[in-house]
Amino acid sequence: MPSRRRALLILLLLAVTALASVAVSLAAGSLPLSLGEVLRALTGRDAGDVGLAGEVVRGLRLPRALAGLACGGLLALAGTLMQVLLKNPLADPYVLGISGGASVGALFAMLFGLPLLVMHAGAFAGALAAMLLVFGLAHGDGSWTQTRLLLTGVIVAAGCGALVALMLSVAPENRLRGMLFWLMGDLSQADSPWPGLVTLVLGLACVLPFSRDLGLLARGELAAQILGVPVARLRLLIYALASLFTAVAVNSAGSIGFIGLIVPHLVRLATGNDLRLLLPASVLAGGTLLVAADTLARTIVAPQQLPVGVLTALLGVPAFLYLLSRQPQRGAA
Amino acid sequence: MTSTLSTSPLLAAHQLDVAVSGKTLVRGLDLTLRGGETLAILGRNGSGKTTLLHTLAGLRPASAGTVKLCGRPYAEHAPRAAAGLRGLLAQTQSDAFPASVLETALIGRHPHLGRWAWEGAADERIAGEALAATGLAGLEQREVHTLSGGERQRLAIATLLTQQPQLYLLDEPLAHLDLSHQIAMLELVQRYTGDCRAGFVIVLHDMNLALRYCRRALLLFGDGRWREGPSEEVLTAESLGELYGHPLRELRDGAGRYFLAA
Repeated sequence: MPSRRRALLILLLLAVTALASVAVSLAAGSLPLSLGEVLRALTGRDAGDVGLAGEVVRGLRLPRALAGLACGGLLALAGTLMQVLLKNPLADPYVLGISGGASVGALFAMLFGLPLLVMHAGAFAGALAAMLLVFGLAHGDGSWTQTRLLLTGVIVAAGCGALVALMLSVAPENRLRGMLFWLMGDLSQADSPWPGLVTLVLGLACVLPFSRDLGLLARGELAAQILGVPVARLRLLIYALASLFTAVAVNSAGSIGFIGLIVPHLVRLATGNDLRLLLPASVLAGGTLLVAADTLARTIVAPQQLPVGVLTALLGVPAFLYLLSRQPQRGAA
Repeated sequence: MTSTLSTSPLLAAHQLDVAVSGKTLVRGLDLTLRGGETLAILGRNGSGKTTLLHTLAGLRPASAGTVKLCGRPYAEHAPRAAAGLRGLLAQTQSDAFPASVLETALIGRHPHLGRWAWEGAADERIAGEALAATGLAGLEQREVHTLSGGERQRLAIATLLTQQPQLYLLDEPLAHLDLSHQIAMLELVQRYTGDCRAGFVIVLHDMNLALRYCRRALLLFGDGRWREGPSEEVLTAESLGELYGHPLRELRDGAGRYFLAA
């Protein structure tokens, strides 16, 4: 168990890393800038003063980096909550079919060439519909076991997967690429970072006061109930919040894989299993990872852009395997 | 640990019915437990011992009747406040995610800590004493999943001691324990009832230990009938034979009485 001081130190370190990743993403790209130029572009008063650099940094790179930070944080937070809710280390934000629902909604709009706004609305509506469907079916007889929830989610996700495959197979050639990119996760479609950032901050404010209760819930319902945790209410809260976080993230950046599964485990392996530290640390680490992956995705083969979901997997998997094979050193309390 | 000498008993059940999937296992139970008392619950597998214990802990609603903790029904206690008064040793402990022995014992402090508080030196001292009392001193940093079955059982007991309730509900606390740890566990109970005026309700399968360490006994027959009273009176070869559906012999050695399966 980390002491409060050690926890704050780790969080400070992660926050600095997150800032650094944003700074690098502002500087890197087809127009390389020095950090001094980035700073000038950010702080310059009028647009004429900062010229092209200001436009690129303020108009393109900053919103994209902030959206990446928010989405990565939301996905990692949702993943941590899902792992607690389902008491299953393999759970991720998508396991309950939420991204499946969002994909169906978004691809449907893209298939018919509807405007971007409709696509966003479709994704969000699809995510909410999947969430309500899973919850309604799993809650049907009042007994709400995590096995039932998990099974319902997996089945709904499979159904959505079939619909997605169907739409991809009938989609015209010229729209197929955009649809595939959306499915693999793509931050270039994130037009505003604000929904993500606001959800993230409000969500953390809702979750953090309950982090010790959540830690007990992860140990088992009975144990938590004995120690005075209002289990039923808490599970409902984290189900709703995790679904909402996922819906917002998927809505702004498509379904980016691996962040929600891997980041909580990465942080857990590095810092231990105390949710008071794990929750905020996962948010920061998830945001950092996604910003870093997105920076790479748009610079490696520039001006071509790679889907960021591929990069998160390529970065996350080796890091995860390394930490897993390392003997965890958790002696220092 | 605070000693309570309030007028209301720690635990009071009145006309309590306990049912599992429509089958009534205990009917019309009246029970009162005060600080310093120890009650053993005996019965066959599936006779409702665990379900009754969970009902007494306020974890599941009674089919009928009332349960009061320190004079008030569970509905009038906030969950955390109730957790400060009563603790339950469950039959099984699950752990999906890794944790150390000390971390596990410290979860017992949850009801005593404020929302934003972290465990401090005082909490670690309480947990350390509980681990020492259960013979786990020196294992604080071990991972729980590396412990043996008996060590895990003692860790669960240590976690309960760290919680420092006044009413202890123990579901088969002797499971997985070797003979010396079984006796040590029951002597720990004796110490707590003596020094701290704590109350214990213990599900036991060993009638000889129940007779020796528990002043009172409750027999559950599984069909709604129950019998409760001083262990000396309730625990006889005849009643236990009826309870378990297997004849028993009683041996006497001076003042001591012992039961053997015939």
